[in-house]
Amino acid sequence: MQEFALLFRQPSYDYSQISSEEMTALSKKWKDWAGGIAAQGRLVSNGPRLGDAGKVLKAGGVVTDGPFVEIRERLGSFIVVKAESLEEATTLAHGCPALDAQGSVEIRPIM
Amino acid sequence: MVAVIARLYGLEHIALAEDIVSETFLQAMESWEKRGMPEHATAWLYAVAKQKTLYHFRRTKILQDKVLPSVASNASTKADAVEPDFSQQGIRDSQLQMMFAICTPAIASEAQIGLALRILCGFGIDEIAEAFLSNKETINKRLFRAREKLRTERVAMEFPPEHTLAARLDNVLHILYLLFNEGYYSTTQDRVLQKDMCIEAMRLCLLLTDYPPTRTPKTHALLALMCFHASRFNARQASYSDLPVLYEEQDEQLWDQALINQGRHYLNLSVEGDDLSSYHLEARIASWHCIKEDTAEKWEEILQLYNDLLFINYSPSVALNRTFALYKARGWQPALAEAEKLRLENNHFYFLLLGELYRHTDALQALAHFRRAHTLARTQAEKRGIQERIDALGSA
Repeated sequence: MQEFALLFRQPSYDYSQISSEEMTALSKKWKDWAGGIAAQGRLVSNGPRLGDAGKVLKAGGVVTDGPFVEIRERLGSFIVVKAESLEEATTLAHGCPALDAQGSVEIRPIM
Repeated sequence: MVAVIARLYGLEHIALAEDIVSETFLQAMESWEKRGMPEHATAWLYAVAKQKTLYHFRRTKILQDKVLPSVASNASTKADAVEPDFSQQGIRDSQLQMMFAICTPAIASEAQIGLALRILCGFGIDEIAEAFLSNKETINKRLFRAREKLRTERVAMEFPPEHTLAARLDNVLHILYLLFNEGYYSTTQDRVLQKDMCIEAMRLCLLLTDYPPTRTPKTHALLALMCFHASRFNARQASYSDLPVLYEEQDEQLWDQALINQGRHYLNLSVEGDDLSSYHLEARIASWHCIKEDTAEKWEEILQLYNDLLFINYSPSVALNRTFALYKARGWQPALAEAEKLRLENNHFYFLLLGELYRHTDALQALAHFRRAHTLARTQAEKRGIQERIDALGSA
């Protein structure tokens, strides 16, 4: 078995407009999905959630408040899973709530 | 008693301490048989044990003074002119120190439980053998090796220094958790023994809450978990057959409300700080199970707690319980989809769950899974339970 990172990207993480019930439902959705992976004994680590604010340092010492406007999807979080192959790791990613938020999951082997 | 004497002599003489205690009880039996039980039986026992300890000490002292004069700095001579301290405080401290000494990763966890049963709980070799479904020789050998290991690893009877306390306490709690489970889920048919093991585990856990450095949220969480489980002890054993009564069929009137309240009390104490251990999660799951009524809210909470538990540590049984909670909270369809992915091919509970889920959609599949569970089940009792389900399916 090999380890893979599942990287979640979404166009927006602005939850200021949603109710606390919706927020609870959303976090439950994530937990259920990750719980399903954990139940298969495939979850290696439940990665951190990244905050909304951020800075980017570029060559030449240029600091910006993030390239977020330039790209369509931002990295929100990641988890580490184990699987026999890249294909199997991709299967684990199915049902990820990021997909419901017009986002995507990138699956990368950990070297 | 063994703990107090071993504390005096040093852990390397643990077998000697056990001998002194055995002799004391033997003498008690002979003497009480002839003259009847003394008014203060406990005090009598302590007095005799003290005499025997001092006698033995003088004897070895002569040996040491005459034969081994060079070993004056030996740990056991530290006890010079000191007598065993059978005060309440002395007993408490000795037991706590002994708990830390025995629960050392240097010996296998089965041997740790065995030693705990022998030395801290005073169980006989027969009883320990019965509890482990083993025989006396095996247990004796196991305990002998464990004592040897304590000696060679130079495990000391002392409170661990502060910087290692958290890790050492984790190990102690884990052994108490296993000890309790050994009693609660044990395959031995001896119900008194099962209950005794659980009570002893609870007593030792309670002892830890009596000593400030070990009175941690985790300790409280474990104690809460034990209280909740123990509250169902009588309901669980209230059958005429050898089988424990399954949760679904238990008479909740037999649940011990006082223990449930105790559990809630310790659960409240356990939320101090931000430590979230598996004991916290298991205690909260167990507290939900103290409410018999099935509500969507209950199973939703239990499902999330199992999710959290899986994030901390995976085990097949937690995965199965999580899937069962999903079934109760959201229905058989999502649960079946998740269950299909588990692939616990050698686990009869897995096929039992699959059978239960398929019952809603495909009786033939359900039957096939129940049959598979039947083949994999290890005990006759389990096979009987599964057969009942197969029969029920046929008559439906």
